[in-house]
Amino acid sequence: MIWNEKVECAQRRKIEDIQSQYLRKLVRHLWDNNVVYKRKLEAAGVMPRAIKGIHDIRKLPFTTKEDLRDNYPFGIFSDLRNTAEIHVSSGTTGNPTVVGYTKEDLKLWAEVIARCLGCAGAEPGDMIQIAYGYGLFTGGLGLHYGSLEMGLKILPTSSGQTRRQLKLMADFKPRILACTPSYAIYMLDEAKAMGLDPRASSWEIGVFGAEPWSESMRREIENSWNMLATDIYGLSEIIGPGVAQECKHKSGLHLNWDVFFPEVIDPRTGEAVREGERGELVVTTLTKRGIPLLRYRTRDIVTINYARCKCGRTTPRISKILGRTDDMLIIRGINVFPSQIEHVLLGIEGTMPHYLLVVEREGAMDQLEVWVEVDQRVFSDEIKELRSFETKVRKAIEDILGIEVKVKLVEPKTIERSEGKAKRVLDKRII
Amino acid sequence: MIHIQLSIFLENKTGRLYDVCSLLGEHGLNIQALTVAESDNFGVLRILVQDPHLTAGLLKEHGFVVNETEVVAVEVGNKPGSLAKVLGAINKHAINVEYMYGFVEHKADKAMMVFRFDDPARATVALKEEHIRVVGRKELGAL
Repeated sequence: MIWNEKVECAQRRKIEDIQSQYLRKLVRHLWDNNVVYKRKLEAAGVMPRAIKGIHDIRKLPFTTKEDLRDNYPFGIFSDLRNTAEIHVSSGTTGNPTVVGYTKEDLKLWAEVIARCLGCAGAEPGDMIQIAYGYGLFTGGLGLHYGSLEMGLKILPTSSGQTRRQLKLMADFKPRILACTPSYAIYMLDEAKAMGLDPRASSWEIGVFGAEPWSESMRREIENSWNMLATDIYGLSEIIGPGVAQECKHKSGLHLNWDVFFPEVIDPRTGEAVREGERGELVVTTLTKRGIPLLRYRTRDIVTINYARCKCGRTTPRISKILGRTDDMLIIRGINVFPSQIEHVLLGIEGTMPHYLLVVEREGAMDQLEVWVEVDQRVFSDEIKELRSFETKVRKAIEDILGIEVKVKLVEPKTIERSEGKAKRVLDKRII
Repeated sequence: MIHIQLSIFLENKTGRLYDVCSLLGEHGLNIQALTVAESDNFGVLRILVQDPHLTAGLLKEHGFVVNETEVVAVEVGNKPGSLAKVLGAINKHAINVEYMYGFVEHKADKAMMVFRFDDPARATVALKEEHIRVVGRKELGAL
C-alpha cells in the first residue's frame, strides 16, 4: 500500500517548495540553537538569509562522522532539553556515535517507517516479526514505532535466540520479517538443523537492512525462504532505518525526500555528480529537531534515479549501496569492496556467502587472503579436486578484482556468523 | 568386498587431527586404517572404521565435513614384487588408482593396502579373476 500518497506521489515542484520552506527554517534554527553549526556556518561565510530555497543547499558546509565524534556526547544536539530517546551506534574506533530524538522526531520516524513498510507490501493487520536488535541499535525500535503507526501486529523478538525465533514463526505465522540480511541467511542453517522446511515458512515479505548486501544474496534469501526480500536503508545519524525502501519492483530504494534531502557527490571534490552517476550519498535532515544534520556525508556509494516508478511513487530512488567510501579496502592501489567478493562466491556452486577478507602486509606488499568455507557439497576425498576448487575460486576473484589473491579453504562455521552486522574484513596491516 | 572410507576435511590448524581422534575414542570407535593427505592450507584425513555411517553421523554432528568413499582393501604378501603383482592385475583391466595407502596387520607375514579405484566394483571383480585376495569386513574388524 502507499502509506502517504500526498507526499509519495507528489509532483517534484511541489516537493521542492516544501523542501525550500523546511531548509530555510532549519538553517535559522541551527544558527539560533546550535553552537557547533553556528561556528560551521560562520566559517563557511553563510548567513541564514543567504538560504532562500532548496537549491541554495550547496552553499552549506558538509557534516561528517568526525563532527559527531568530536562533539561527543551531546555537543551537536540542537534540543537536548526536549530529547526523548537516545541511540548509540557501534563505533569501530574511538567514541561511539550518539543520536537523539525529540517526541516530534519519534513521530517522524514512525511516519517514514510506516511508508517503508507500505512500500515493501505490508497492509494494516499483518503480523511482523522484528528480529533487529532492540536497544541502543536503531533497527529494532525504529521498525517497532513504524509498525505501531501502521497498525501491524508486532512480534518484538529482537535478534538472537534463533531457535525460538523460528518456533514462533512456525506457530504464529507472521507475514513479514524484519532483520539484517545476514541474519536471514544465518537462520537458514538453524531452520534446516531443526528439520523445518524454509520454503514453507510463513514469511512472505522481508524488510532487510543495516548492512550492504548484494543481488546474489537477495536471490539466495528469496529462493531459500520463498519470500520477497526488500532492502531498507538508513543510518542512525539521519534517523536509523526509514530513509529509503524498495517496493516490490526492486528497482531502487524510494527515498523519503520531503524530509531527507538527498545529494550524490564526488567524495573527493564534494561536487555533485551527474544524475545517474555513482557518488557518495549526502543527506540533510530537513525537519528533525533533536539532532538535525546539514549535508551529512553517509560514506555510502549510490546512484540516484528521479524517474517515476511503476508502483506510482514519484520519490527518487537510490540504488542498493554499491560500496562504502570507508570500508573500501585499497590493496596494492586497487579498490576492493567486500561486496564484490561476495558476488563472486555466490556465483560459484557450492560456496556460501560466508567469507572473510584477511589483509596483511608482507614486506611492502599487501596480501589479500579470502577465507571460504568448505561445504559438504564441494568436499571431495581427493586433494586434487579440492585444489581445483580452490583455484576456481581464486581465478574468479582475480578476474573481478584484477589483483592476485590467496584463497584459504576453512571448515564450516569457522567464519563468525553475526546476528547483527557481518564482519567481512580483517585488516592486519599496520599503516 | 567394498568398504566405505570416511574422508574428513581438516583445516590447517593445531589440534584438528586430535579433535577427530579423541571424538572417536570417546565414543569407543576404533580406527582400522588411516592416512592423511595434505595441501598447503588443508588436509584430508581418510579412515576405515567398523561402522562408517554411524561414525560419519557423529562427525557431522560435531561440525566436520565428511565424505563417504568406496575403497577396496587388498592383502599383499610381505615379499618383494607383491605390490607389483596387484598393480599388474589392475593395469591389465585398465583400472585407475586414484590413491592408495598401506596399513599393518597383526599377522606379520601379510601387509594390507587400501585402494581408491576409479571403478571399485569393476576392480573387485578384476582382483578376484586374478586370484588376489581382497579383505572382507570381518577380517578388517579383527584388526
